[in-house]
Order: sequence, then structure tokens, then C-alpha cells
Amino acid sequence: MNMTLEPPPVVSARGVRVAFGAVKALDGVDLDILPGEALGLVGHNGAGKSTIVNVINGGLTPHEGRLAYGGQESVAGGVGSARAGGVRCVFQELSLCPNLTIVENTRLMHRGLTGFGWRKRALALISQTLGDIFPGHRIDCTGTVGDLSIAERQMVEIAINFMTVTEAPRLVILDEPTSSLDAALAEQLMAHVRRFVGAGGSVLLISHILGEILSTSTRIVVMKDGKVVVTKPVAGFTAKSLVEAMGSVIKEKGHAAARAVAGDAPEVINLPASRGSVCGFSARKGEIIGLAGLGGHGQTDTLLSLYRARSSNWWPKRPEDIAFVAGDRSLNGTFPLWSILRNLSIGDLGALSSRFAIDHGREEALGEDWKAKTAIRTPDMHNPILSLSGGNQQKVLFARALSTPAAIVLMDDPMRGVDIGTKQDVYAIIRAEAEAGRTFVWYSTEMDEICLCDRVYVFRDGAIVAELKGEEISEDHVLAASFSGEAA
Amino acid sequence: MKKGLSAKTMRLMIPVVSLVVLLVAVFWLQPRAMSYMGMNLLFNLAVPIALATIAQMVIIAVNDLDLSIGTFVSFAACVTAVYLPTDPLTGILILALAIGAYALMGVIIHLRDLPSIVVTLGMSFVWGGLAVLILPAPGGTAPVWLRALMTAATPVIPFAIIASIVIALVAHLIVMRSTFGVAIRGVGGNARSVARAGWSVLKIKAMAYALSGLFSVLAGMALVGLTTSADANIALRYTLLSIAGVILGGGEFVGGRVSPLGAVVGALTLTLAGSFLSFLRISPDWQIGAQGAVLIIVLGLRLLLSRREA
Repeated sequence: MNMTLEPPPVVSARGVRVAFGAVKALDGVDLDILPGEALGLVGHNGAGKSTIVNVINGGLTPHEGRLAYGGQESVAGGVGSARAGGVRCVFQELSLCPNLTIVENTRLMHRGLTGFGWRKRALALISQTLGDIFPGHRIDCTGTVGDLSIAERQMVEIAINFMTVTEAPRLVILDEPTSSLDAALAEQLMAHVRRFVGAGGSVLLISHILGEILSTSTRIVVMKDGKVVVTKPVAGFTAKSLVEAMGSVIKEKGHAAARAVAGDAPEVINLPASRGSVCGFSARKGEIIGLAGLGGHGQTDTLLSLYRARSSNWWPKRPEDIAFVAGDRSLNGTFPLWSILRNLSIGDLGALSSRFAIDHGREEALGEDWKAKTAIRTPDMHNPILSLSGGNQQKVLFARALSTPAAIVLMDDPMRGVDIGTKQDVYAIIRAEAEAGRTFVWYSTEMDEICLCDRVYVFRDGAIVAELKGEEISEDHVLAASFSGEAA
Repeated sequence: MKKGLSAKTMRLMIPVVSLVVLLVAVFWLQPRAMSYMGMNLLFNLAVPIALATIAQMVIIAVNDLDLSIGTFVSFAACVTAVYLPTDPLTGILILALAIGAYALMGVIIHLRDLPSIVVTLGMSFVWGGLAVLILPAPGGTAPVWLRALMTAATPVIPFAIIASIVIALVAHLIVMRSTFGVAIRGVGGNARSVARAGWSVLKIKAMAYALSGLFSVLAGMALVGLTTSADANIALRYTLLSIAGVILGGGEFVGGRVSPLGAVVGALTLTLAGSFLSFLRISPDWQIGAQGAVLIIVLGLRLLLSRREA
């Protein structure tokens, strides 16, 4: 046998599959990360970037497939074998302990810092690493993490992961590492990544700033729908071709039968442009407005501030003229101990009551009405809400919002993890209600849903970066606006 | 950075200032308390309360709450008074098993993701029942060595003060300085990142509960050393006193923010508040309410200070 002289890959994933319920998050991914390479990983929402990161760092055990660190098959799996393989991960959300000092956080992340006097050694190491990566930083390493700004916390977390205690890291995963750093700090970090890779280390870089990916990576992997679709050296890409690679393989069927919203319909929302936005936010009666962009770039905050502007915490007026359909059903959508009917009728109990008591006849009628309208699949509306599938629970939440006279309905990516049949039912309801004059503001991470909207605002870094109308609404345009670095 | 430091010192300053204010008020009402004997009497009963407060603090550091400390300390006191003088081996074995039971409780709470309040509330009835089984009527005796230790006539500074300082320093070393303490507070601050760094949160929680059990056992023993006998209901007040002491001392219910030095000072303050009210000739019936009022005032002050910082 001819043994290859190349060193084994730092991480090698073969045929990795992960499914969350009906959703295939990873659908047979093969990925090798070689020593001395900076691998850029890009893809749109739901492409599987975070899932593959969690598989590599041991936080998630794949349902199928094999994983090897440095040529050693990982048998036990889990965080332990990933760390033993030299894998370190800087997570997108900050993951330091805010109540501990920087030195104590360093100790938690590095089990090698044992024995007497570890505080002194940790302090020296972290100060030095922080100075190497971010020269001229002004962080007091004896301080508590909770007292630092978000950017400083991010810098500390990056430094802790690049630190060498007993052995040097072999692969550092950076998941949107520059999201809270300014341009100068981001450039320092990218320079450090290039130095680290030059010295034989490996980096897996995820970023929505294509300029960083193109200038720092040596090879780029594009993911889509849980699969790796393209793997090429960086020289083969331009910002434009990278955006195109993230888009659909099948060209979309064109914008679904553009509904004509009368241009003279009265505006129900009109907000001036916020800082950094290219335009203000407005919505007309009967319009379906889409909020697009990568997840977590300010869409949910926009919905919440719209809702707060129209309702009062102190003495809410009944019925409210704005309704909210939550995205996270279990967290802030359903009342898990109540029946389907109760979950539905809570939306506007005032309309069902006479003299402070709920009229059960009217409640039943409302239930039957919406059961028929939204095709909730249950033999009896008095069954517990948890007896329904996720999609049907979501229908109940829609019915709750739509059964109120609210003129504006806000939707916070409510169709996550819902099967396709239910989605079609809900899309039809939304269109019918919009025809009837209701306004919908719809944050969605799914491209087909964005394409159903009349007008779309694309968000990046908390600001509106593009407004798309009618025929302009396409995956290419949304992607191009979501990822900065496109030569504009 | 300077701002952060002052926030930290503020946290410790409030309990210290309240202790000093109370102490001055007590001396003003009763000048004779300003003596070796007086101080010993004032702070004697603070020693077991301080130990119980440290026990509670360790549980609060991992974002849990222990509602069984009162009955558990009573149980430990009964075991101490019944077995330690006559059959020390059995006594030590029972106490060791009880600490093991605490560790197991931590394991179950973590594994099944149960609310600690419910589990410990349930366990409080178990400990209460066991205490009655061991000592159906008030009685028992303190082991001679324990009695000698708790009533030791130390030179110049009364024993109660020295003991409180030692407790505070030992707890500070374990919880604030050692790696184990960092891990405990890390679990309180962000359990997920501790687990991601490759630690076993299960082990950390089990050890934290065991440490808490150990301090509770010491509280029970100290109490017997002072009172020379035990009773199944001897320390029921400790549950709420210990929680109040931790909060008074600058700790928070969630987020792993605790201070052992503050907790001991908090326990001393609460003990002193009781004596202060006695000197004012306020009936003991009002004392619990008055202790609550002290707590509310201190917490209100803290809220005001943290608002100003924000």
C-alpha cells in the first residue's frame, strides 16, 4: 500500500447526518480540515453551518456518519475527544462566565492550568496572548468579565481559545467572530488568523462579511440545505460567485403571482430610517411585508419594537390593534397545560365575555369556526394543545392572532420546523387575510416565504440594508444584501 | 476598570456598614455589651448561623436554593448530641452518610433537571422525621471536646469573633480562590460554557452539594457545643436566616455571584439585629418581622446603588 506522506486532516467528517424532527440539518456532509489551512464556511440560514460546527466541537453527536480527529477515529465522541484532538471553538453567542474574572475563565477553559500559583500563570498567559492578537488593547486581565464591553468579551474569548497552555490548539473554530468587533480589531484578528495558519494551525471561519472570508481563507466551503455544495480554493471565488453559489440550484419559479396592493392604500406603519438603514420602515393596509437577512441581525428586535410602540405594558387596551405570532412555540407561544380551544380563545377573551364571564357557547363557536378555517387536525378542540403536531400547534397560534380584530399581525419566523403541507395551509390563510385588509409583517429565515411577500426589507447588523419590491424579490438579491463585501 | 472595582467593594461595604451601624446602636443602648464577655454573648450564636449561611451560599452559587438547611442542621445536631459522646464511630458514620445523601441530592437535581426548591423542601420533611426518630424528646449531651472548643476562653478577642473570621477565611479560600470554587461559580454563571470546556457539571454539582452538607453538619455540631443539648426543631429558623445572610452579604440568587466574607458578615448582622431588638425591649414576636425589615432596607439600598451605576 502506498502510504500518503501528507499529514492526516485535523478533523475529518464522513457522511455526517443530523436530523431535528422532520428537519434534516445535515444531510450527509463530508468535510476535511487540513493542517495549515483557513477554511471559510458560508451559507444562508438553515444551511447547516452551526450544526456542523457543533458536530466538530463534540457538542452534538451525529445520528449517522464518522468523525476523526488527527486521523484518530473518535469512538467516545463528545466534547472530551474533540478537545483532546486540539479543537477549540469561539461560539457566536458569548460563552464566558460573566461572574468570574478573566483569569478564572481562562482556568475553566484550560484544564492544564493546575497546581499552585495557577492564577499568576494564567494571568501572564492571557495577557500575552491578548497582546499578541490585539496589540494595544486596554483590557485589565484581573477584572471581571461582566464589567467588560461586548467587544472586549469577544476579544477575551478569542484570546483564551488561541492560548497555548500544555499544547497548542490545532483547530480554532471562529463562528462570526467579528460580529461585535470594529473594523480595526477585526483586521487585527484576521492578521492573527493568517499568522496562526502560516505556522501550521487550522482555522474554520464563519462570517457574513465576505471580504473577511475572501481575504483570510485558503479554501472555501459553501453549504446549502445541510449539504456541502461547493469546495474550492479561495482563488476560484469572487464575492459575486460566492453569493451565487449560496443560492438555489433550481432557479425559483419567479415571484409568486404578484398581488397588486393598491398604491394608495393607507399607510399603517411609517417609521423613519434608523441609524445605518438605507430607508425607513413602512407598511400599507393589506400588505405582506417580509423581513429577510441572516438570523439574528435585528429582525426580531424590529418586530418587538413595533409591538411595544402600539401596546402598553401598563394598561393594555382591549382589543389590541396589533397581534404577535411567536416563533418559539414552547417558550412564548403555547400554554402547554391548556386545551386547544383555550389556547385559541385567549387571544381576545373580551369579545367572548358578557358581564365578566366567558360565554361558553360563543367560545365553542369560535373554536369550530377556526378549526374549519385553518384545518386544525384534531377530533376535539378540548384535547390538550400538546396532542397536536408542531405544525398544528402553530396553526392554533395563527388562529389566536387572526381571531382578534388586530389590523397588524407580526410574525417572528413562526414556520420553523413545520411540515410543508401545514405551511401551504397557513400561506393560503395569510393571503386571504391580507386581501381582507390585514397587514402582515413577517420575519422569515426561509426563502420561499420571503418570496411570498409583497415587499421585503433585508436586515444586516441591526439595520435595513435593502428594500425589495415585487419582481426584485429573489434569493440572489436577498443573499447579496445579507452578506456584505459585495462590490456595490 | 476602576468602576468595576468600586462596584465590587460596594457589594461588600453594605453588609459591613450595616453591621457597624447595628453594633454602634447596641453599644449605645447597652454600654456593658462593649466588653469581652458582652461581645462573646452577642456573637456566640452567630457561629452556627455563619456555618449554615456558608452552606446555603455554596448551593446558591450553583443557582439552586436549599430549603432543607434548617431541618438538616437540626438533624445533624441530634446525631451529634445522641451519638458523638457515647458512640462516636456510629455518629461520624451517620453524618458522613448524610453528606453523601446531599451529594446524591445534587446528582438527582442535575440529572432530572428538577427544581432544587421542590427537592429540598421534600427532603426537609425527611430530615425532620429522622431527627425526631433519633431524638424524640429534647435532650442528649455535647461531647466534652466540642463543649470545650465552643466555650474556649481565647485571649483578648472572644472565641465567637475568631471562629467567624476563620469560617470566613476558609470559605473564601475554597469558594473564591481554589479551582473547585471557580468551577462551582462557573456553573452558576454559565453552566453551558463550563460543560463545553470539558468539565462534568454533574460532578461539580455533586461536590458543591456535598460541601454544603459538610458545612451544615459543622453548623449542627457547633450548635450542640453551645447549647449542650439538642432538639429536633432546634434550628428550623436557619433555612430563612441562611438565605437572608447570603443575600445580605452581597450574594445574588442566580448567576453565581456570591461572597463568603459578605455571607459571614450577613449572618453576624442578622444575629445582632435580634439582640438589638431585645435591647429595645421589642417582643421576640416582632423580631422576625424586624429582621425582614432590615433585609428589605439593605436590598433597597443595593438596588439604588446598582441603578446609579447603570
